[in-house]
Amino acid sequence: MNRRAQLSALLALPMLWLIGIYIFSLVMLLVTAFWVTDPFTSKVKPGFTLRNFEQIIANPAYASTSIRTLGIALAVTVLSILISVPLGIFMAKVASPKLRAILAVAITLPLWAGYLVKILAMRITFTEEGFFNSMLGPLGISGPGFSIVTVVLTLTYLWLPYMAVPVYTAIRQLPPNLFDASSDLGAGAGFTIRTVVLPLIKPAIIAGSIFTFSLSLGDYIAAKFVGGSTQMIGSIIASNINLNPPIAAAFSLVPIAFVVIYLVSIQRTGALERM
Amino acid sequence: MHASAQQAPSESDSLTAPGAVTLSGVSKKFGDFTAVESLNLDVKPGEFLSMLGPSGSGKTTVLRMIAGFENVTSGSIHLSGTDVTAVPPHARQVNTVFQDYALFPHLTIAENVGYGLRVAGVSRAERATQVGVALEQVRLSAVADRLPHQLSGGQRQRIALARALILRPQVLLLDEPLGALDKQLREEMQIELKQIQREVGITFIFVTHDQEEALTLSDRVAVFNNGRVEQVGTAREVYEFPATEFVAKFLGLSNLIPAELSADGAQSSVRPERVRLLTADTAASAGAVSLLGTVSETVYTGPTTRFLVDTESGVRVIAERANDHHPSAESAFARGDRVRVEWTTDHASRIG
Repeated sequence: MNRRAQLSALLALPMLWLIGIYIFSLVMLLVTAFWVTDPFTSKVKPGFTLRNFEQIIANPAYASTSIRTLGIALAVTVLSILISVPLGIFMAKVASPKLRAILAVAITLPLWAGYLVKILAMRITFTEEGFFNSMLGPLGISGPGFSIVTVVLTLTYLWLPYMAVPVYTAIRQLPPNLFDASSDLGAGAGFTIRTVVLPLIKPAIIAGSIFTFSLSLGDYIAAKFVGGSTQMIGSIIASNINLNPPIAAAFSLVPIAFVVIYLVSIQRTGALERM
Repeated sequence: MHASAQQAPSESDSLTAPGAVTLSGVSKKFGDFTAVESLNLDVKPGEFLSMLGPSGSGKTTVLRMIAGFENVTSGSIHLSGTDVTAVPPHARQVNTVFQDYALFPHLTIAENVGYGLRVAGVSRAERATQVGVALEQVRLSAVADRLPHQLSGGQRQRIALARALILRPQVLLLDEPLGALDKQLREEMQIELKQIQREVGITFIFVTHDQEEALTLSDRVAVFNNGRVEQVGTAREVYEFPATEFVAKFLGLSNLIPAELSADGAQSSVRPERVRLLTADTAASAGAVSLLGTVSETVYTGPTTRFLVDTESGVRVIAERANDHHPSAESAFARGDRVRVEWTTDHASRIG
C-alpha cells in the first residue's frame, strides 16, 4: 500500500499534465470538429455534424493547401538531410577539434534565438531590397522574394538543428575502424557513405525527420511573414480560429493525420525500435 | 617451429628480389610523441612476419602505415618494389584483419565477405560463387545469411579473415586478430592461420603482444620497443640469441649474466632451460661458466620445474628442468640444497 502511495506521488504531476492538459485538449479539439456553427449568429453549439469535414473536402482550396503544406514539410525534411549528412561527416571525420566545436555552436545557434527573431532575420535577408538581392543583384541573380521557396528555406533554417545534431552524433558514434575496413577493401569515400554510413545512421535521420516534418506541417508564421501569398494549413486554421472554430478544429486534424501516417510508415521499416 | 624457421628465405634473397613490403627510414610522430622512429624493415614475399612488442611500442602504428590508414611523417613504404607512401588505403594491394574484426554490422556475413568484390564491380553471380568458396575455406558456409552480432567471436574472426583474403592481396595485415579469443580457441586459430597462410602463399604481417604466439606462427619475428625494432630474426634466433636486454626479457624468462661472469667479458643472456643443474660436488665442466650456489626456491609449472639458485657470486640464476623423469626422482633438488649451475658459452647470448 505504501509502495502504491509512493508511486502515485511520483506520477501525480506528470499524469495530471499528460491527461489533464495534453490529452484532454486534444480530445476537445476532436470533439469540436463535430460541433455546429449557427450560420446566422456564428455561434458554436455542441452537436454532431460531419458538415465541417464535408466543407474541407468539397472546397479545393483546403485540399490544395493540404498538399502544398505536405510538399513544404517534405522539402524541408529532404533539404535538412542533404545539409546534415555531409556536414555531420565533415564534423565527425575531417574537422579539427577546434573547428568541430565552432561548427557545433554554429549549428545549434538558431536554437538559442527566439522564433520571431529568426523569421525577421530571414525577412530582412529576402525582402525586395534585402541582403540577398543587394549582394547578388549585380550578378544578375535575383532572390526568391517572399514565396514558397523562402518558406522552405526559412523552415529549414528553423528546424535544421533537430536533424543536424542527431545525424552528427550518430556519425561520431560509428566505430572508426568501419571506415578503415571499407577503405581497406577498396572503397572510396562515396561508396563508403552510400553502403556503410547511410544505412547505419538511418535511425538518426528518421528521428530528425520526425521533427523537421511535423514542426514544418504545423507552422504558419513563416508563411505569414516570408511566404507572400503562400498559405499553409496553419494559416487557414489561424484565420478560422475566431470565425469558425469547428472548421479550424476539423482542418487541424489533417496535419495530425499526416504525422500519424508518417510515423506508421516509419514504424513499418522497424526504425523506431532502434531509436 | 623449427622447420618453418629453416624455410625462411635467407638474407641474400632480399638483395635480388624486391621485398613484399619494404620500410625505409619510416618515422611517425603524433604531435610531440614519436610512435615510430626511423624504422627499416624488409618483409619477404610469402613470409609470415610477426611484429611483437608491448602495447605502445609502435607495432600497430607500423601496420596502419603499411595499410595506409596513417601517413608516414618521414621515410618511404614500398610494396613489391612500388612506392606507395602517398597512395591512399583503398588503392593499396594490402588487406587488413582488424583487432575487433570491424565487420559491417548491418550487412549479412555473405555481404561482408563479398564487400571488396562489390567495390571492385564483380557481378552478383560471380560474387556469390567466390563468397561461397571463401566461406567454405573458413568452414562457415552455414552462417552466410546471419548478421555479425549473431556469430561467436571465433566465427567473426574467421569471417574477417575470409573478407580480407577474398581479394587475394599481396600482403595480409593482421592486427592482434586473436587477442579477443579465449586461450583454447586462440590456439586452434593459430594452427588454422598458419595452414591458411601456407595454402594461399600470401605474405602475412602479424601484430601481437603475445610472445608465444609470435614464436609459434612466424618465419621471422620483429621485436618492437619504444617505436624501434630491437631485433629481427627467426623465432629461434630471437629466442636463443636475444640481441638486447629488452628482447631477452620480453621473450620469456632470461638470466642476465653480468660481464665479469661471462666468458667473453660482455653482459649476456642465458635461457633457464640452458642452465644445467648439478650437485655441488660435481666438477666444473671445461668451456662452461660454472657457479656454486644454494637453491632458494622451487616452482613447479607442470611440464617443467624452475629452481631459483642464489650463487656465491651474488647472481640469482634460474634453472629450468623438464619434468620428464620418473616422478619419484622429482625431489632431486630441494630448497636449501647446495648445487652447481653451469652453461656452455654457445648457449649464452651477448647483449648489446
